[in-house]
Amino acid sequence: MEPNNKKIAIGWFSFSCCEDSTIVFTELMNDHWQEWKHIFDFRHVKVLKTHNIMDAFDIAFIEGAIASPEHVEKLKHIRSISKKLVAIGACAVTGGPSAQRNNFNDEQKANIAFLVERFGALPEVLKVSDVVTVDASVPGCPMNTDIFLKAVTALIAEFRPDLATPPVSN
Amino acid sequence: MEHITKIEGDASIAVKVENDKVTDVKFQTVEYKRFFTEAMKGKALMAIPAHLARICGTCSNAHIMAAIEACEDALDITPSEQTDVLRALTMHGLTVRDHALHLYLFSLPDVYGKDAFLDLDENIPEEHQILHDGFEIKAAGNFLATLVAGRSVHAQYPTIGGFLHFPDKAGIDEAVAKLAAVRPAALRLIKIFQDQPFHFDRKMHFQALIPDGNFGYIKGSIRTSRGEVFPEKEYRNLLEHVVLPYSQASAYQYKGESYFVGSLARLNIAKDKLHPKTKESIPDTLALFPSTDVFHNNLAQAVEILHSIDEAIELLTTRTFVHEPLIKKPARDAVGIGVVEAPRGTLYHKIVLSADGTIKEGEVIVPTGQNQINIEQDVGKLVENLIAGGMEKEKMPMEMEKLIRAYDPCMSCAAHFLKVKWA
Repeated sequence: MEPNNKKIAIGWFSFSCCEDSTIVFTELMNDHWQEWKHIFDFRHVKVLKTHNIMDAFDIAFIEGAIASPEHVEKLKHIRSISKKLVAIGACAVTGGPSAQRNNFNDEQKANIAFLVERFGALPEVLKVSDVVTVDASVPGCPMNTDIFLKAVTALIAEFRPDLATPPVSN
Repeated sequence: MEHITKIEGDASIAVKVENDKVTDVKFQTVEYKRFFTEAMKGKALMAIPAHLARICGTCSNAHIMAAIEACEDALDITPSEQTDVLRALTMHGLTVRDHALHLYLFSLPDVYGKDAFLDLDENIPEEHQILHDGFEIKAAGNFLATLVAGRSVHAQYPTIGGFLHFPDKAGIDEAVAKLAAVRPAALRLIKIFQDQPFHFDRKMHFQALIPDGNFGYIKGSIRTSRGEVFPEKEYRNLLEHVVLPYSQASAYQYKGESYFVGSLARLNIAKDKLHPKTKESIPDTLALFPSTDVFHNNLAQAVEILHSIDEAIELLTTRTFVHEPLIKKPARDAVGIGVVEAPRGTLYHKIVLSADGTIKEGEVIVPTGQNQINIEQDVGKLVENLIAGGMEKEKMPMEMEKLIRAYDPCMSCAAHFLKVKWA
């Protein structure tokens, strides 16, 4: 067993999306920053810091859909170094709206084909669970904050039972 | 350097240096296209504001306002006076929240030599104060946006023809109290960015949507630093599209020259229109504008936080809000234009509506595309200056990051980290 006083190492990664859940995460920090600062090791959270470390995570939060072969490889790597992986927001959980081009008609697909090809994007945009095993999902566009906080509370209880608090819903 | 952090979205930069001269700079959006304008085709008009909001999380409420304005223009709807006020308040909430995110979480660590905002030391009184200020200002903006618009991201209350919900007395009182409580924090923020040591002066042109009346972000005419005034409908005369084959975004110039959009442009052109209380509180700060120092964009954003606080308090305390039905009109064959000042600059939406109520096509032009060429020119000049000053190559990316952050680029609208490629 690892020592129980270790901070929980988290990574927050955005793939193809509008990063609305990242913004909501920074808004939740307005109320939770003092608590989270002591619980979390923000190991790889590019919205917050410059020196990000990609080694091992207790929890990886994945926002956005998977749009390219590089995205697939990066996501698989993150999965391989993370104990838990949480899909965040509609694009990660269901693919859309970032996957809207999957449902284009033939004319629309023809209009965008050269751009899909030029930048080497995948033929179809994927949701996170198409590529890796997902341990928890927080749906919503942007993510539902109640479900996110419940998921975070449950994960804190798992990694740091000494800090566990009863689930809250605000 | 591998990555630039603390901006909105995902970008990389490639800098080519030959004999100590920069021969090429490419600022690239590496986010994958999500094809929002192609996806508009065939959609119902009513679905367009929520659809276009998904272009960008942090700018979403600005996209909603621009899209509503474009749809109402196509339908020939003139919104009620109360709707105009609620939309203004939505933009004040967005401006306070978004500028505070950029200034505290992205830019302020550079001023204090820290890696992250959360690395400020709670045991040092000054840093303790700033930490609390940052989250409290953000929370006040978030509260205002949520009260008026339903959410601070992808708002649900604003719609074509009006609002679906109206703020109540208790919520208004609470918003006023929260905004008034963070006003001293906004003044402290202005002082920090007025005193900060970074400067990058350059000759530049500006453009911004400027209201006829008080300083604001939705109505008015597009004004340039050349002294020209264009109505919103003539926006296409102002934007010369430049295709950048290496980027997933589009760039623009005007009269063959690059230009700047954002807070600095707004303040340079219209500082006299700021709220009287704002002007009274910071005369020395406002004397610094007009300015061609790119880092004064941060200071201009701090000033706009104060203005939006003062303006929002006045609007909330001097009027009442009543339930109003939505204004509705039948669809027709028409083109609609919507222009707003998003936190990081002028945002253009255009829709082409069919009489059957569906969209034939549309166009979205975002602020970061307009600032793209300026950013590339400035990074080139900065690198040459740093080479001349003898700085080691390894230290340069940090300097590039600071400068790029001052532009507050949004790569979701156009990225999350920036990778520098040296050639």
